[in-house]
Amino acid sequence: MNLQPTANTEAKSPLSLEISGISKSFGRFPALRNVSLQARDKEFLALLGPSGSGKTTLLRVLAGLERPDAGDVRFDGEDFLSIPVRHRRVGMVFQQYALFRHMSVAQNIAFGLTVRPRSVRPSKSEVADRVADLLCLVQLEGLGSRFPAQLSGGQRQRVALARALAIEPKMLLLDEPFGALDAKVRRELRRWLRDLHDRAGVTTVFVTHDQDEALDLADRVAILKDGELRQLGAPNDVYENPADPFVYDFLGAACRLPGIVEGGRLRVADWETKAETDAPQGRVEVYFRPNEVVLAPLDGAGLAGEVRAVAARGPDVRIECLIEGQIFELESRGPGIPAGVAPGLALRIKPLRPKVYAAQPRV
Amino acid sequence: MSDQTRHIGSVELRRRPWLQHSILPGFGLSLGITLTYLGAIVVLPLTALAIRPWELGLHGVWHELSAPRVASALKLSFGLSALAALLNAPLGLLLAWTLSRYEFPGRRILDALVDLPFALPTAVAGLALTAIYAPNGPLGSLAAKLGIKTAYSALGIFIALVFIGLPFVVRSLQPVLQELDHEVEEAATTLGADARQRAVRVILPAMAPSLISGVSLAFARAVGEYGSVVFIAGNLPGKTEIAPLLIVIKLESYDYAGAAAVGVAMVAISFGSLVLINGLQLALAKRGKA
Repeated sequence: MNLQPTANTEAKSPLSLEISGISKSFGRFPALRNVSLQARDKEFLALLGPSGSGKTTLLRVLAGLERPDAGDVRFDGEDFLSIPVRHRRVGMVFQQYALFRHMSVAQNIAFGLTVRPRSVRPSKSEVADRVADLLCLVQLEGLGSRFPAQLSGGQRQRVALARALAIEPKMLLLDEPFGALDAKVRRELRRWLRDLHDRAGVTTVFVTHDQDEALDLADRVAILKDGELRQLGAPNDVYENPADPFVYDFLGAACRLPGIVEGGRLRVADWETKAETDAPQGRVEVYFRPNEVVLAPLDGAGLAGEVRAVAARGPDVRIECLIEGQIFELESRGPGIPAGVAPGLALRIKPLRPKVYAAQPRV
Repeated sequence: MSDQTRHIGSVELRRRPWLQHSILPGFGLSLGITLTYLGAIVVLPLTALAIRPWELGLHGVWHELSAPRVASALKLSFGLSALAALLNAPLGLLLAWTLSRYEFPGRRILDALVDLPFALPTAVAGLALTAIYAPNGPLGSLAAKLGIKTAYSALGIFIALVFIGLPFVVRSLQPVLQELDHEVEEAATTLGADARQRAVRVILPAMAPSLISGVSLAFARAVGEYGSVVFIAGNLPGKTEIAPLLIVIKLESYDYAGAAAVGVAMVAISFGSLVLINGLQLALAKRGKA
């Protein structure tokens, strides 16, 4: 259901942002290594990765605040790197918002318009109209005369967004847009931001370390680690088919067991099943999601395990199982605890969709 | 017993609605010490000073202050102090900017040099300045060729006051410049502001409160400066005689009441200007907070 519209937009809209072979080092620390990716016109692209993965550096390269050591950035076919920052027309929203504290909200939003050269500067009344429109858009009507210090975190974030939108940016860049907000406000703003993006129709790149946020919001997700692009794809695609163990692990809870693929069969401990045709041969790592398992009686198929603890937590039931000497926290749909499951029970656990990766040499 | 005290405490709190309740203990003690200390160190001597001249009577005090020699000394002291502080505003800003924004070899040494006017005994500063700016000194002779008299003129006093005021401006601004969020400037750039617009519209307003406080400190210091000025001033009555020197002269001729009258006038003018400057600073600082 989610895949269909994404596929459509991918077919229709042309590429607007093309990043190719970007590398950037700070001293001897490589922040970005040969990163290439593209965003389509009006696309909402997430740069997802743990801290230190280079995602913010990449965003700053796009804004022009950081000059890459190598590589090329094109926007609508134009060489973006040769355009000075202040002529790029990118709307950047900083993680800490970077509002001008000595200016009122309205002055903050109007800043990008009032610093224009006189010949292209809108008149005072036009600026006032535009500020009023933007205040309305970010739902801060009537707060134009306040100062940033008098606003809540969520309100400040929306001022920063309105300020960035005021210059009618070609591209919107958001650095951890919800990073400094509490969980409830985050969730509210998430949907609102997606709405806003759809209405404003601007190519948007946002940085986050929260996989939930990226999967929920973005049209496509680029997953970075140690300055390298690991995978780029639609949220559902990357979740269903993670390119490597890191991506699998990063996108959600994961259980891992060693296994062997031989003659088209996957063997994990005492459980054997058909291996996927493209699975690597020999020693492998088997990954599965803790909520994608079937519990079976001891004479059924699956991994032999023993229940250690059971706890119902709201919509889910957590079942702690001992499998192959490791404790796994499995999840089962609640609200009730499945009949008969109790600590001490020996049972079989069958992963529904095991994902197989070639075993990594231990480091 | 403890019950009783608590009860009394709460009653007292209700009887004093202007007192905001604080969870920090020790308000009474700390306020007591503050008042005693300020009273003994600041208010008591000033009161003694303020009482002294009135033995001349109101008319006598007025006569004392309106004497041309006194009036011109007061004008000279406050006028030159204000000018020196105003010159230190842009120059101190530039120094603070250079020292906190750029990395270059010798930056730390320059940084330490700024403090020298603080640390130097003022008489030493006066000697050093006079040596350079006297008509036979290296700079003084150069200026003399151009027909400008540096030492033993108002210009000499001005130079000394600039010298001693500089560190106040630089040291007030440096921490603010260092703390200034770099992202704010980056944000301004992405919004299309050029270097001048960033400086004028983003950086300067953020520094204005500290700049004002640095300038007012430099001004206050310059008004009271004695040691370095008397060497370079020439001390011609009515021309290059500063008010603090006039006080000393009056004291030396046993005119205690007259000296105190000039002193009271200085305190009044200084206090008035500081209140004014603080008001301005508060108004500016309030825009970013509250």
